[in-house]
Amino acid sequence: MLKRRIIPCLDIKDGRTVKGINFLNLKDAGDPVELAKIYVAQGADELVFLDITATIENRRAFAGLVERIAAEINIPFTVGGGINTVEDVSILIKAGADKVTINSSAVRRPELISEIAGQFGSQCVVVAIDTKLVDDEWIVFVNGGRTSTDFHAINWAGKAEELGAGEILLTSMNNDGTKSGFSMEITGEVSSLVNIPVIASGGAGTMEHFRDVFFNTACSAALAASIFHYGEMDIRDLKKYLTREGISVRL
Amino acid sequence: MIAILKYNAGNIKSVQNALIRLGYESIITDNPEELKAADKVIFPGVGEAGSAMKYLKQRGLDKTIIALTQPVLGICLGLQLMCRHSEEADTECLGIFETDVKRFPPVDKIPHMGWNNFFTLKGDLFKGISMSDDVYYVHSYYPEISTGTSATCDYILPFSAAMQKNNFYATQFHPEKSAYIGEKILHNFLKI
Repeated sequence: MLKRRIIPCLDIKDGRTVKGINFLNLKDAGDPVELAKIYVAQGADELVFLDITATIENRRAFAGLVERIAAEINIPFTVGGGINTVEDVSILIKAGADKVTINSSAVRRPELISEIAGQFGSQCVVVAIDTKLVDDEWIVFVNGGRTSTDFHAINWAGKAEELGAGEILLTSMNNDGTKSGFSMEITGEVSSLVNIPVIASGGAGTMEHFRDVFFNTACSAALAASIFHYGEMDIRDLKKYLTREGISVRL
Repeated sequence: MIAILKYNAGNIKSVQNALIRLGYESIITDNPEELKAADKVIFPGVGEAGSAMKYLKQRGLDKTIIALTQPVLGICLGLQLMCRHSEEADTECLGIFETDVKRFPPVDKIPHMGWNNFFTLKGDLFKGISMSDDVYYVHSYYPEISTGTSATCDYILPFSAAMQKNNFYATQFHPEKSAYIGEKILHNFLKI
């Protein structure tokens, strides 16, 4: 049986993890590779690395980091942040990334999805959608959630699938950072609409939140950052709990 | 020496990285002489069947691959290209395995992406591996079950997770991305 996936997300700034300081057995808390190895040992199913200072100068350093991750990590990983062109993707894929995630650039120019899928295959294109409920409508936001658009999350997810996205990373901005649980509403709607995997994101605070999103929606994976970084939740414990609750995960 | 076949497919470096982690040296090459002389050949791949097959034929690598006598391991697209025919771009493949590659019917999420366990399991590749062990898949096309099937997986329908015929081995999943279970399977291949 295909397992539901648990995906820790690491924010990278100047080649170092922004968060993640609570692991006692970590030699260098700021080194993304060290943190990633802990997650792999705990049973993470995939990893996401987001370059939050994606400038041209940083791109080369980030590619260097991607090479180190690819050399040391034996599970699939996705990288993203500031990807605007097929050339940006090519550098990261050559460095060893399995998938890339695009967000604002895909909203600005949706054909980018087809261009990447055409060259590297749909399986490597993860379209990230940041969405917020505004006047009863799930509106797509870009530029790290600062700028609203005319796009509706559900329509945009369908369009992204049509254009060749292999996966949707769906973040509810209403839930993000609240630790009050994932949005069942938008996760449920998008994951039942599209026929590609959907990763639920935003709001994870307890193990019950993961159970609820897997139980109530057709999402394929759930992503979280801070609860894993600060050692609040061990992925092993989470997966044992989900198994007891009847959710099929890799142990 | 282990030779990793170089062609227009992605993810080739990740196979070499996995071998380095296991302590094995390898070369990435499309030179027929180097491929013939290698102790083991790995035929990796993420990509599209039609253009990959065209690339191999243009360089005569199709003939080189089918004539190899040392242990060969096809991975993902590598496995699919070792079959008779793929529905992806209606591609005639190498015909090493007497089976065809079909697209998953759209009754569940496609691609089949993530970790899945085995339904049946046999052969050298799977020593020490149990049916409940999970390996990582990402594919929209699947190889049908045939006489060469050495492991099966179930997603939408049962399909070949692995195949073997004489010196040719192949996995639909990615051992190089399947954590320690994948490393065990790669190691089993390298010890053949």
